[in-house]
Amino acid sequence: MVETSWIRRFLCWFLQVGHTTSRQELLRKGFKTMLLYLVLVVTAFSMLLPFLWTLSTSLKIPEAVFIYPPQWIPDPVVWENYPAAWNAVPFGRFFLNSFIVAISTTLGNVFTSSLAAYAFARLTFPGRDKIFLVYLATLMVPGQVTMIPVFVLLKNLGWIDTYQALILPGMFTAYGTFLLRQFFLTIPRELEEAARIDGCGVFQIYWRIVLPLSGPALATLATFVFLGSWNEFLWPLLVVNSMNMKTLPLGLAGFQNLYGTDWSLLMAASNMVIMPVLLLYIVNQRFFVKGIIMGALKG
Amino acid sequence: MKEASQKSSRWWVPWFFLLPSFAGFCTFMLLPIGASLCMAFCNWDILSPPRFIGFQNFVTLLHDRDFWSYLGNTLYFMLGIPIQMAVSLFLAILVDRKIRGIVFFRTIFFLPVVSSLIAVAMVWRWIYHPEFGVLNELLRWVGVSHPPRWLGSLDWGKPSIIIMEVWRVAGYDMLLYLAALQAIPQELYEAAEIDGANAWEKFWHVTWPMLSFVNFFVLVTRMIGGFQIFGQIFVMTQGGPAGSTTSLVYYIYRNAFEWFRMGYASAIAWVLFLLMLGVTLLQWKLGQKRQKETYG
Repeated sequence: MVETSWIRRFLCWFLQVGHTTSRQELLRKGFKTMLLYLVLVVTAFSMLLPFLWTLSTSLKIPEAVFIYPPQWIPDPVVWENYPAAWNAVPFGRFFLNSFIVAISTTLGNVFTSSLAAYAFARLTFPGRDKIFLVYLATLMVPGQVTMIPVFVLLKNLGWIDTYQALILPGMFTAYGTFLLRQFFLTIPRELEEAARIDGCGVFQIYWRIVLPLSGPALATLATFVFLGSWNEFLWPLLVVNSMNMKTLPLGLAGFQNLYGTDWSLLMAASNMVIMPVLLLYIVNQRFFVKGIIMGALKG
Repeated sequence: MKEASQKSSRWWVPWFFLLPSFAGFCTFMLLPIGASLCMAFCNWDILSPPRFIGFQNFVTLLHDRDFWSYLGNTLYFMLGIPIQMAVSLFLAILVDRKIRGIVFFRTIFFLPVVSSLIAVAMVWRWIYHPEFGVLNELLRWVGVSHPPRWLGSLDWGKPSIIIMEVWRVAGYDMLLYLAALQAIPQELYEAAEIDGANAWEKFWHVTWPMLSFVNFFVLVTRMIGGFQIFGQIFVMTQGGPAGSTTSLVYYIYRNAFEWFRMGYASAIAWVLFLLMLGVTLLQWKLGQKRQKETYG
């Protein structure tokens, strides 16, 4: 009988309906779902086109790039553009720089923000609410206002082309302090009281009770700061002059200036920059998504 | 004795927590804000000492035709925001279903968001290539014999940036819309069904009003971001052709770091700040009004 065949069982699993569903209902639902998948696939394909086009170009020999009409499947397929791009400028160094800068900025930001946030949320000291208000007021000030004085300051300190110039200004954001303070306020006070009775000092309470309970908020802040720092372009553009101190976005932009029309090389370089983060995202996508919604709606 | 030492430790403990953040906050935020405000009233080329000139920078700004045209460009780019919001909402509705493999599609729609802006800008420069770019190839294939020159064209430069931005950020707001859609109580739809509403009526009378908060939020954050557009323009057009894609931040950058007019650049930065503040205050006002209308 067709009714109990594996096709039927597959359909019931696929459409997530019970095994007793009538044949008509199954067909109707199956048709609707197929239509939906069709729309999804077409939309997804058009979103992916730029990536596919990049991949295709990066696997072409230079002569094949300017063939008319353009080829979607490269013929022949060559991998040489990747090592060529990698060796044309110090991409390894750019990756390392970006990594050092983004990790340090993130750790520094999460650490200083969480300390200050704890003070604002739980400790009492004169002027607390006024200082917090000042923090809040600066949330609105765009980086373009502060960048010129900060640039002048770092230049006078002789910090142009140094890691500290790339890291320090990104480490102190009112946003981080604000986000974590709001989260710390939701932690039940009783937990801290209990720890205090057990003889814990304030720092121990912060370190052993509050931080471990704040995993999601800390992760949200860390994701935001890391991605922001990893993709930052304007600030590195100001404080970096030498090839060896360039971060990835800056190095890539400089690469474009050097090899302006060598499209297969340029696309190989773009792909090298895009892919690691994409893979990281695909592996951790649940975590990313949660963090982004939380960070956006709370901030 | 013991009590006294405990008291003194209590006194400095909060400051110990606050200090790392506060020191950095003062150095990289508070003092620079003050310094920037002072600079806006000065003439300064970095080499010679700054000279106080009162409101001269702002007067110059009023008569600076470049400034007005770049402000116009920046606002023009924001015309893409409603389009992008519509695309985001469409994607969110599309993936707001419990069918197999839906997470896969959500992941794909989000890919452009996590891609490096500079890399993506380079990719689109190639897509927009007038002779060999894939976009014009597709256009010729559907019968457009003279497709635009995109980034190289006075008319199509700005729309080119808008199209790329829609593609690039739609996935982000899709997630926000998705969260909002999933927070709508199912009973509202059931009630509407009992009243005989069709799919379109359900969307218009149930979904859309329930999305007003997230619509508002997305619009404002996108506008604030829109005022700061820079990197993609720097990589794709260098503000050209003939300044037709130069944004305000690009103009600040050139004034400060190419022409060393630090004072003038600071003045523009403050105007930018005030514009953004204006948008936020407007949002706040409208938000309050809306709340009053809803809750009486």
